[in-house]
Amino acid sequence: MKQLWLTAKLDIVESLRARWFQVYSLVFGGIVALLFLFGLTESRVLGFIGLSRLLVTYIQLTMAILPIFVLITTVRSVAGDREAGVYEYLLSLPVSLAAWFWGKILGRYLVIFLPVFAAMLLAVVIALVRGIEVPWGMFGYYTALLAVMAACFLGIGMLISALARSTDMAQGAAFVVWLTLLLFLDLILLGVMIQGKVSPEVAVTMALANPLQVFRTAALALFDPQLIVLGPSAYVILDLFGATGYKVFALVYPTVVGALAAVVGYQVFKRGDLP
Amino acid sequence: MIRFDNVAKSFRKSRVLDAIHLEIGVAERVALIGSNGAGKTTLIRCLLGEYAFEGRVTINGRDPRQERTAVLGSIGFVPQLPPPLKMPVAQLIDFSAALCGTDPATIHALAGRLGLDLEPILSRPFVKLSGGMKQKLLIAIALGREARLLIMDEPAANLDPEARKIFFELLAERQDDTTMLISSHRLNEVSALVNRVIEMDMGKVVLDDRVADDVSLSGQFACRIAIKRNEAAFAKAMQAWNFRDLGDGMEWEGEVPGPDRLRFMGMTSRYVALISNYSLEESANGRSQ
Repeated sequence: MKQLWLTAKLDIVESLRARWFQVYSLVFGGIVALLFLFGLTESRVLGFIGLSRLLVTYIQLTMAILPIFVLITTVRSVAGDREAGVYEYLLSLPVSLAAWFWGKILGRYLVIFLPVFAAMLLAVVIALVRGIEVPWGMFGYYTALLAVMAACFLGIGMLISALARSTDMAQGAAFVVWLTLLLFLDLILLGVMIQGKVSPEVAVTMALANPLQVFRTAALALFDPQLIVLGPSAYVILDLFGATGYKVFALVYPTVVGALAAVVGYQVFKRGDLP
Repeated sequence: MIRFDNVAKSFRKSRVLDAIHLEIGVAERVALIGSNGAGKTTLIRCLLGEYAFEGRVTINGRDPRQERTAVLGSIGFVPQLPPPLKMPVAQLIDFSAALCGTDPATIHALAGRLGLDLEPILSRPFVKLSGGMKQKLLIAIALGREARLLIMDEPAANLDPEARKIFFELLAERQDDTTMLISSHRLNEVSALVNRVIEMDMGKVVLDDRVADDVSLSGQFACRIAIKRNEAAFAKAMQAWNFRDLGDGMEWEGEVPGPDRLRFMGMTSRYVALISNYSLEESANGRSQ
């Protein structure tokens, strides 16, 4: 346990000094600041106004940015460290491979999630100062959704880092994974359905297997409980899970995907060449 | 102590280590030499349990891959290229000391002996230190624990003569109970430090020879050199070895650490046309060369 915390702390300090972290924090802090600046708390969409409106926009933007940011920065720093000889030295110290791998994930997770969460907290603090009502239920669920999203893509990033033998290859693979998930968002699936080549159930199953789509649908469900914007897919989803069931699924499934990817990544890491 | 049994390692189709059989005993000081691509680094990484490979490597009967923490706790490692760590010096020291169960004060003291004052640089990122400072710190970290095996890749390459002298003294303090594996491209860099030479080429051991080690690691040679005319480049070289000018840059006197004498003579050979008198005398028993 001591080794795990030491490794986590090491990764946190290394990340805090890295330029990507400064950009990353600036992006998410900047989004919240800009949303307030442009008066999004005063505008209205689908009946939402105030901080709910801002959080809806924030999570939509975060879902677009966070996955690729997490994937690229994780594979760049993990594969980059290995290429630069950091692993050769640090793994010559008496640290177990489990403590090293999971400690790195823990440290990185905190570094990835905390700026996103801090930006949300900033929004709440500003709202409280301005006397705007805070939708605590929505805030809690969105926080959980972001925490799960960060865990999911961190797990995938660690798997790619363990498999790829060079930074270039890892970056390329991370980009392809992200692009594939992006391509299978519902618009393309609906297009396939329209052509009648696959049954709606298969198309919806594919959509539900895509963590990006799961997050997107869960975020939509908070301000559109009937998922009207999804069209016919909504019937399948709501019949299968129900509104509350889907909210739970959106938290559990990506966590399982991220955890499985990390476990496979660990198995690859501990059996292969470390540096 | 160390045993390699039919160890082989390939990267894709390239065989980097081929059927290595080696046994290295306690307190042996081994020079691992060979050109680039000979397999030295791969062999070291197998020994550190960092590579998956065919065959078997054991250190005191234990597998460094399966029993990492137990085995690596007794190994001090100095890499050829310092890792580009962004963490502050203090954290690197605390991290390695905590993992190895040693007192950071020991590392501070060793760094001090090597001429590196850690206090002003504790908050500086390791990667921002000069090459010599990094090397001294990595040596202090490696020697600052109860290591029974020291694995060092070109350990003294970036050290100034004074730090090299202290480094040899530090090794001498451990030579009775510590096995040392020192990797280098050139034998003359490490020959005086070792009592066994293993040369590798194309992934195989091509030479495994015991060598005489008459000069102790802490031995000193008194040296006096006279030259025919004053030469600025020669004066600069002598000053780098902490030699004293005995008169107008024409005569120089100083001490050369025993293990460094080949390196010193290699340096002075560049000025052979300039030298009119050269004496090198071992301080301990008075033997001259």
